[in-house]
Amino acid sequence: MADVVSLREAVAELVRDGNSVALEGFTHLIPTAGAHEIIRQDREDLTLIRMTPDLIYDQMIGSGCAKKLIFSWGGNPGVGSLHRFRDAIENGWPRALEIEEHSHAGMANRYVAGASNLPFAVLRGYVGTDLPKVTNTIAPITCPFTGEELAAVPALSPDVSIIHAQQADRRGNVAMWGITGIQKEAVLSSRRVIVTVEEVVEAFEPHHSQVVLPSVAVDAIAVVPGGAYPSYAHGYYARDNSFYEAWDPIGRDRERFREWMERHVLSTEDFAEHLESIQEAEVSWR
Amino acid sequence: MSSNEMSSNESSYTKDEMMTVAASRELRDDALCFVGIGLPSEAANLARATYAPNCVLVYESGPIGAKPDVLPHSIGDGVLAENADSVVPIPEIFSYWLQTGRIDIGFLGAAQIDRFANINTTVIGSYEKPKVRLPGAGGAPEIAASAKEVIIVLRHTPRAFVEELAFRTSVGYLDGGDSREKLRYLGGGPTVVITDLGILRPDPETRELTLAKVHPGASVEQAREATGWDLKAAEDLGTTDPPSEEELRVLRHLRAKTEAANKDMQVLRNLQARIGAAREDGRK
Repeated sequence: MADVVSLREAVAELVRDGNSVALEGFTHLIPTAGAHEIIRQDREDLTLIRMTPDLIYDQMIGSGCAKKLIFSWGGNPGVGSLHRFRDAIENGWPRALEIEEHSHAGMANRYVAGASNLPFAVLRGYVGTDLPKVTNTIAPITCPFTGEELAAVPALSPDVSIIHAQQADRRGNVAMWGITGIQKEAVLSSRRVIVTVEEVVEAFEPHHSQVVLPSVAVDAIAVVPGGAYPSYAHGYYARDNSFYEAWDPIGRDRERFREWMERHVLSTEDFAEHLESIQEAEVSWR
Repeated sequence: MSSNEMSSNESSYTKDEMMTVAASRELRDDALCFVGIGLPSEAANLARATYAPNCVLVYESGPIGAKPDVLPHSIGDGVLAENADSVVPIPEIFSYWLQTGRIDIGFLGAAQIDRFANINTTVIGSYEKPKVRLPGAGGAPEIAASAKEVIIVLRHTPRAFVEELAFRTSVGYLDGGDSREKLRYLGGGPTVVITDLGILRPDPETRELTLAKVHPGASVEQAREATGWDLKAAEDLGTTDPPSEEELRVLRHLRAKTEAANKDMQVLRNLQARIGAAREDGRK
């Protein structure tokens, strides 16, 4: 059953050095607050798992939290490169980063296998591409019934997953709607689960395409309004495209990146202070 | 007039506008179209506003039948979910919709392309020590394999149109001829590549990309200079119809609406105001 705690307590309790950690949210509901708290608590040697690394893994990789990245698309959506991700792969800065890369279809299937407690998943994919040459978690498999050749990929079973959702109710159930991505599978494939939410409500109202995670699937809930910024929370706030654009020159330069992280993440107590801090500095990046 | 602008009768337009308009003309009404972000998304939404009002746009983030009124900045913007027929979780998009062969048209961009329309979006240089690390595969390999047909749109430069790919992320016609058929994909492969210089189509036998049309103002020589292999031109090489007044009007309106919507957004300020108000409510 989910306990409602502070995000600091949740990360201190549930995320350990060397863990495999999946922070999911496909463009929508990206758990930025969770990523920042891991950086603040200086976790190391993490295996970071995420379909679209986005700004949060750029920040975690640049901060030296990660030894390995499992992913399928590593860009700044609508802008271009993730420069910290690139610097780690191209130049090993701030440390060498091992990578394991898949297609989106492969990653999605790996989470489904994890959530189903199966050792691997089967899909039509990868054949003819160079991906199996560089990724050893892709293997051919023959269907025992039809003889058809397919691709097998191993299950993902992260030590911890962190997601952001719109709401929790008093009993610790979690509701999200809009684009719900791969979060349900990430949660159900993980040993421990942290959910940050915009707010706690008495009871959920019905929404188009709503997913409700029962309380028994969640270990800790932390209320963090705005916790998905600069991505968005459908029905709460829009995606701040200008921040994604502003991140490009910040992430491009090692010193500027370090100063930014020091000033806006490491020197702030929590995500509410982080938001205040970047709003004060907004003129400088807009 | 800059070298990027062409003129047709009274109107002038850019090479990028020509490319987007030409790409939009390739979409069919009623087609189920899997759309990548950037150039493909812009062309698909122009098509929806002109030639193909009933085409069903699918985005890999989950929306099916997306009807954005402004161009999305990312592949999972809220505007894609708002008026969609359905929004499904990611595993369903890839397993139930794409992998089954239901998608009529896959609409892709690329960083590099070779003569058989294979695509690289992974690295420039070696994989182990890349010169440029690109974002990677995303949804492209399975779109290229399973969509009934594939439309590719990218700018025509020597860096993009290369003799040999640094990495084959997604398959077009593999090594040409019938080599794609041997992979037993459900989809038929790329039918057209649209650039800012012209339109290329695979030769029916060899499957090599061949220049079928040049855009007004562009020449075969220009296209050949921007291509890393010995680009062949079709015997009946044509010229693309320039963008019509209507096509340009709709495209520019779409872009202006998108820009205005982005400019008006004070996301951080609104968010802070919302958080402040919620805090006040909590105290009462």
